[in-house]
Amino acid sequence: MELSQSISFAALGGHFFVGLSRAMILFVVTSGLSLVLGVLRVPNIAHGSLYMIGAFAAYTISRLFGGGSTAFWLALVISPFVVAAVSLVAERLLFQHLYQREHLMLLLFTFALMLILGDLVKLVWGAGEYRSIVPPQLLKGSASIFGSSIPRYNLFLIIIGPLVAVGLWLFTNRTKMGKIARAAAVDREMVGAVGINVSWVFAFAFVLGCFLAGLGGALVAPTISVSLGMDHDIIIEAFLIVTIGGLGNMWGAMVGSLIFGLTQSFGVLFWPQFAIVFPYTAVVIVLLWRPMGMLKSVW
Amino acid sequence: MLEVKEIHTFYGLSHILFGVSLNVDSGQVVCLLGRNGAGKTTTLKSVLGMAPPRQGQIFFKGEEVTGKEPYIMVRKGVGYVPDDRRIFADLTVGENLEIAARKTEERKDWDKNAVYELFPRLREMDSRKGGFLSGGEQKMLAIGRALMGNPEFLLLDEPTEGLAPVLVRVLRGTIERLKGFGLTVLLAEQNVKFTLRLSDYGYIIEKGQIAYKGTVKELTENEEVRKTCGIQ
Ligand SMILES: Nc1ncnc2c1ncn2[C@@H]1O[C@H](COP(=O)(O)OP(=O)(O)OP(=O)(O)O)[C@@H](O)[C@H]1O
Ligand SMILES: [Mg+2]
Repeated sequence: MELSQSISFAALGGHFFVGLSRAMILFVVTSGLSLVLGVLRVPNIAHGSLYMIGAFAAYTISRLFGGGSTAFWLALVISPFVVAAVSLVAERLLFQHLYQREHLMLLLFTFALMLILGDLVKLVWGAGEYRSIVPPQLLKGSASIFGSSIPRYNLFLIIIGPLVAVGLWLFTNRTKMGKIARAAAVDREMVGAVGINVSWVFAFAFVLGCFLAGLGGALVAPTISVSLGMDHDIIIEAFLIVTIGGLGNMWGAMVGSLIFGLTQSFGVLFWPQFAIVFPYTAVVIVLLWRPMGMLKSVW
Repeated sequence: MLEVKEIHTFYGLSHILFGVSLNVDSGQVVCLLGRNGAGKTTTLKSVLGMAPPRQGQIFFKGEEVTGKEPYIMVRKGVGYVPDDRRIFADLTVGENLEIAARKTEERKDWDKNAVYELFPRLREMDSRKGGFLSGGEQKMLAIGRALMGNPEFLLLDEPTEGLAPVLVRVLRGTIERLKGFGLTVLLAEQNVKFTLRLSDYGYIIEKGQIAYKGTVKELTENEEVRKTCGIQ
């Protein structure tokens, strides 16, 4: 009883919003992973590396422009495009030749790519040093909501997440390219047989997915210390999330991210020493209950 | 319009077509008749580039197109209606048609509305998922989808398969109308009666080789053909 009395309503609210903002970063990253899984059928382990590159790029760009508010916004906008450019090169040179391979091959290949990209980041940015980005003036400090004080930056993340979701939904359901991508997810050959050059559709979907990884990395940068190893941490979480959500399902990525982010955050509140256990327990429970994930899997 | 010269097509190691040759002139309906597994679908797929031949040549409108990818063939004016329909199940009927839309200066008669004029039933189902259509409806949609590319030449694979007799009659009317629009058709079928009524010229394929060819009159008068096709 002592435990529950010590947890105030304000603390609950605070952790809820922090969990929600964490979930939104996870969503931005996993929606990209899910897109690549759904359309291209590639379990891209290097997705986490692209997220890491996004964060490092954001750090460098923000330093380059003096580290102020403008620098932050420029970093946020430019870094995802840097990552998109890297992924376009990877797609044209490597991935496009591998789509037909079986999944084990793709896992090994993307795993190798993760190791290579990790080393490249180490070469370019070096290991040690503490790197962090300061949020812009507008998003500094806290706002008070229902008596709990929430960092403004977290509220910003909570707005960005749904915007990305709506954008992705509009892309897949309202644009011709999105419709073609949905068709190609199911029957690639037939898409070619109605006169569409599937190769470029796949390239676009891949680059868009990686763009989201980069955006996630740029968004997370002000909340953490940008460092090597970010790639490993996120990719495990991201694969668990798309699995519990339903492979290739964008709303599944949202549901999975919410489960993961919120259980993580409430775990810290209820049982700090074992906080890390909570989201994984949630994953196990979901998978026992629905082995194919909460929502429809396209696999 | 189409000239296939001595093609040999393989699936992996298995040799399926043994020197198939055929000609389709502009404006004609030409049929390819044969039993299950004779190689009809493989012939159409060879033309489209889905199963490129390992030997031999294919010419379309005078240009060699052997081994060109399907999307290029479609852009050159070929439409393909697969025997198993392959409707995009997750997309609505309307979306199935939209993503196949392709127009050029000379070829622009077909759009969604024109397809719905041809198949009024599909208009009512515009926003239904392709996967929720009946077999016959999917067949119509597959034809409509091919027309959306404004083809000059249509590869039709077993359009009557699994259709009720009433629908088969409707389909014959449809193909006759398409011919009236100036479309050239290569029709793979097992339904002999249906096919011969429609066609100008025919090929009979057996075990990956053309066994007989001729005008419909010649084919129906040939004893051997009558036997193999089961015409009384
Ligand atoms: N993907 C494939 N891999 C290996 N063999 C195949 C493949 N597709 C077809 N075949 C074989 O090729 C031969 C010709 O098949 P095809 O589909 O061309 O016949 P068909 O005349 O269209 O028959 P049906 O009337 O049953 O559609 C068959 O023996 C079939 O088993
Ligand atoms: Mg067939």
